[in-house]
Amino acid sequence: MTDPTTGMSNPEPQAARKPPASSVGVLGWLRGNLFNGWFNSLLTILALYLLWQVVPPLFNWLFFDAIWANVPAEVCRENREGACWAFIRERYRLILFGTYPFDQQWRPLVGVLMLLAVIGFSCFRRFWRPWLGLVWLGALAIYLTLLGGGVFGLTPVRSDLWGGLPLTLLLAVVGIVVAFPLSLLLALGRRAENMPIVKAICVGYIELIRGVPLISLLFMASFMLPLFMPTGVTIDALIRAQVAIIVFVSSYLSEVIRGGLQALPRGQYEGAQAMGLTYWQMQRKIILPQAIKISIPPIVNTYLGMFKDTSLVAIVSLTDLLLATRQSFADPEWRQFFVEGYVFIACIYWSFCFFMSKYSQHLERALSTGHKT
Amino acid sequence: MTDQAERRAGARSQPPQQATPIWRDPRTRAIIWQVLILGGIIALAAYLVHNTLVNLEARSIRTGFGFFEQEAGFAIGESTFIDYRASDSYGKAFAVGLLNTLRVSLIGIVLATLIGVVMGIARLSSNWLVAKLASVYVEVMRNIPLLLQLFFWYGAISFLLPAVRDALNLMPGVFLSKAGLQYAVPVGHPVHPWMGLAFLAGIGGCVLYYRWAKKRQAETGVEPRLGLPLTGILVGLPGLVWLIGGAPVAMNVPEFGTFNYQGGASVTPEFLALLLGLTFYTAGFLAEIVRAGILAVPHGQTEAASAIGLRRGQVLRLVLLPQALRIIVPPTTSQYLNLTKNSSLAVAIGYPDLVSVANTSLNQTGQAIECISIMMACYLTISLTISFFMNWYNRRIALVER
Repeated sequence: MTDPTTGMSNPEPQAARKPPASSVGVLGWLRGNLFNGWFNSLLTILALYLLWQVVPPLFNWLFFDAIWANVPAEVCRENREGACWAFIRERYRLILFGTYPFDQQWRPLVGVLMLLAVIGFSCFRRFWRPWLGLVWLGALAIYLTLLGGGVFGLTPVRSDLWGGLPLTLLLAVVGIVVAFPLSLLLALGRRAENMPIVKAICVGYIELIRGVPLISLLFMASFMLPLFMPTGVTIDALIRAQVAIIVFVSSYLSEVIRGGLQALPRGQYEGAQAMGLTYWQMQRKIILPQAIKISIPPIVNTYLGMFKDTSLVAIVSLTDLLLATRQSFADPEWRQFFVEGYVFIACIYWSFCFFMSKYSQHLERALSTGHKT
Repeated sequence: MTDQAERRAGARSQPPQQATPIWRDPRTRAIIWQVLILGGIIALAAYLVHNTLVNLEARSIRTGFGFFEQEAGFAIGESTFIDYRASDSYGKAFAVGLLNTLRVSLIGIVLATLIGVVMGIARLSSNWLVAKLASVYVEVMRNIPLLLQLFFWYGAISFLLPAVRDALNLMPGVFLSKAGLQYAVPVGHPVHPWMGLAFLAGIGGCVLYYRWAKKRQAETGVEPRLGLPLTGILVGLPGLVWLIGGAPVAMNVPEFGTFNYQGGASVTPEFLALLLGLTFYTAGFLAEIVRAGILAVPHGQTEAASAIGLRRGQVLRLVLLPQALRIIVPPTTSQYLNLTKNSSLAVAIGYPDLVSVANTSLNQTGQAIECISIMMACYLTISLTISFFMNWYNRRIALVER
C-alpha cells in the first residue's frame, strides 16, 4: 500500500511502544537522578562511599551497640563501642528540670505541656483572633503561678531554682509576648517622618542593639543593671536576662515589621487618611493587619533565632536546658558521657526549631496572596 | 503622609471663623509628643545616672579609663601580632582580645563562605543523593543552637581526641590532638618577602593584561583567553622568584619533645573549636542564601545567554552571577555580621576574645561600665565597618534602572 503523493509506504497504525526499560521505574530513576553523566556518577559514588564510612558506625554507636538498660556508670565505661543512654535515664530529670525541687517537678511538667498545647493551638489560622492574645497572657500567668507557687497551696519555689526546659521555654515565650508590642512601636517610630526626634531615637536604639552581640547585652544586664537601680533594690537574675533578651529581639523584630510596613503600597495610607481615620485607627484597622500578615513568616524565623539564643543565658549562669545538661555530667562518674547529653538536648532543640522553620515555610505559601507591593 | 496631613490641616484652617484649635494641629501635636517622649527619656537617663553615681560611690569604684594603664596581671593563652605578658597593661590586653576576635572572624568568614557556596550549589544539584545530603547538613546546622555546637566541638577536641603523645597524624607534618592542631610551616628564608612582592606585582600584571584584553576585544571582536593567563601571572611570578631564590624547601616540622610539640605552628583547641562551630553553623545559613539567589535567576536567562553565543563560563560570569549576587549580597552581609558577633560566644569555651578579656578585666577591677562600653564600642565599629563596606559593594553591583 503506497501513498500516491509521497510514494512512501503507509503502514497500519501501531500501538505506542513502551519506553525503554532503562528510562522508567527504579532503573530509570537511578539513571536520571544519580548517574546522568560521568561527573554525577562520580559524585554519587563519592557520596555513597562517604555514607558507607559514616552511617553504619554512627548507627552502631547510637542504637545497636548502645546501652539502653538502667545500669551504673562503670558498666557504661566498659562498653566503648556504643552510646550510654543509661546516663540519660539516670539524669533526665536533672537535664529537663534543672535544680527544681524533685518532688515538685510535676508543676513545670504540667506547665510545659500546657504551653505546648497553646503553641499548637495558635498554629491554626482560624484561631488568629484578638482573644488569642488573651489566651497567651492567661497561659503565661498560669505557667508562672505553676513554677513560682505560693498560692493555691503550692509550695513557693525561688526563681533561681527554676531550670531546664521550663526555663528555656519561659524565656522564649515571655520574649515573644513582650517583644512583639515593643517592636511594633519601634517600627512605627522609625517610620514617623513627622517626628524626627522619635525617629532618631528609634533608629539609634535599633542600630545600636543590632550592632552588638547578645552576650554583651547579657553581661550588661548582669553587671550594669544592678548599678542603675536605687540602693537596696535588687533585680532577680532571671528578670535581668529576660530584659536583655527582650531588648535584643525587639530590635531585630522591629526591622522585620518595618519591612512589612514598607511593602504596603502608599495607596493604603492615602485611602485610610481619605476616610478621615486618625493615625491609630489607620494603623490598627488598615496598615498593621496587612503589614503583619506580610511579615509573619520572617517573624516566625526571628522567634526561631530567639529560641536558639536563649541558650546564651547559660553563660551568665542561668540553669537553662543547656547549662542543666552541663551540670548533669559535672560529676566525674558520668563526665565522659557528655556526647550523649548533648545529643539528647540537640534533639530537643532541633525538633522545636525544625517545626518552627517548616511552619514558617508553610505560612509563607499559605499567606502569599499576591499582596506584596 | 505628612504632607497630606499638613495640607489637610492647612485647608481646614482657611475659613477664619473655624480656625483649628492648636491641640488639633498635627504639627503642634507632633512637637508636643516629641518633647514629652524626649523629656521622659532624659528624666529616666538622669535617674539612672544618679543611681549609678550613688552606687559607685557606695562601692568606692572610681570611674574613668585610668585602669587601662594598670598592670593586667592575667595571662592570655594566645595572642596574634602582639607580644603580651601578664605584666602588660589592661589596654594591651584589650587590644589582644580584639585582634583574637578579628582573627577568628576573618578566617571563619572565608571558610564559611567556601563551605556555604559548595553546600548551596550541592542542594541544587541534579544528583538526588548529593542534594539530599546537603539539605540534611543545612537542616542540622541551622536548627541547633550555636553554643551547644561549640560546647560539643570543644568537648570532642579536649576529651575524645588522643593525648599529645599519640596525636593523629592527618597528613605529613600535621598533627591533631587534645592540645590542638600542630602543622609544619616553611622555614623563614630571605626569598619570602620577595615572593610577596612578586605576588603584588602579579596582581598589577593581571590588571594590565585584563585592560589589554578588553581593548583587543573592542578592536577585533575576539576575546582573548582570560583564565589561564591570569592564573599564570598570579602563580608564575612568585614561583619564578622562588626558583631564582634557590627554591628553598626546608619545612619547620613539629617534633614531639618531652611534653609537647616543638617547632612548626599551632592552633589551640579553643580556637579550633570556635572556628569549627562558627564555620559550620554560618555555612548552613549561607548555603540557603546562595541557593535562593541562584533559584531567583530565571532559567530563560541562561537559555537566552547561550542563544546569543556566550560560552558556559561567560554565561556564568556575565549573565548569571551579576543577577544572583544582587540577591545574595545583602543577606550575606548580615550573616558575616552575625558570625563576627557570634564569635563572642568564645567566652564560654575559654578562647581569649574581646568579650573574654573584658569579662576577666571586669571581674578584677570592678569597672563594669567601662569594660562593657569598650566591648560594645568595638563590636559596633566592626559591624558598621562591615556594613559600610558591603553596602558600598552592594551599590556597585546594584541594578541601574533608567
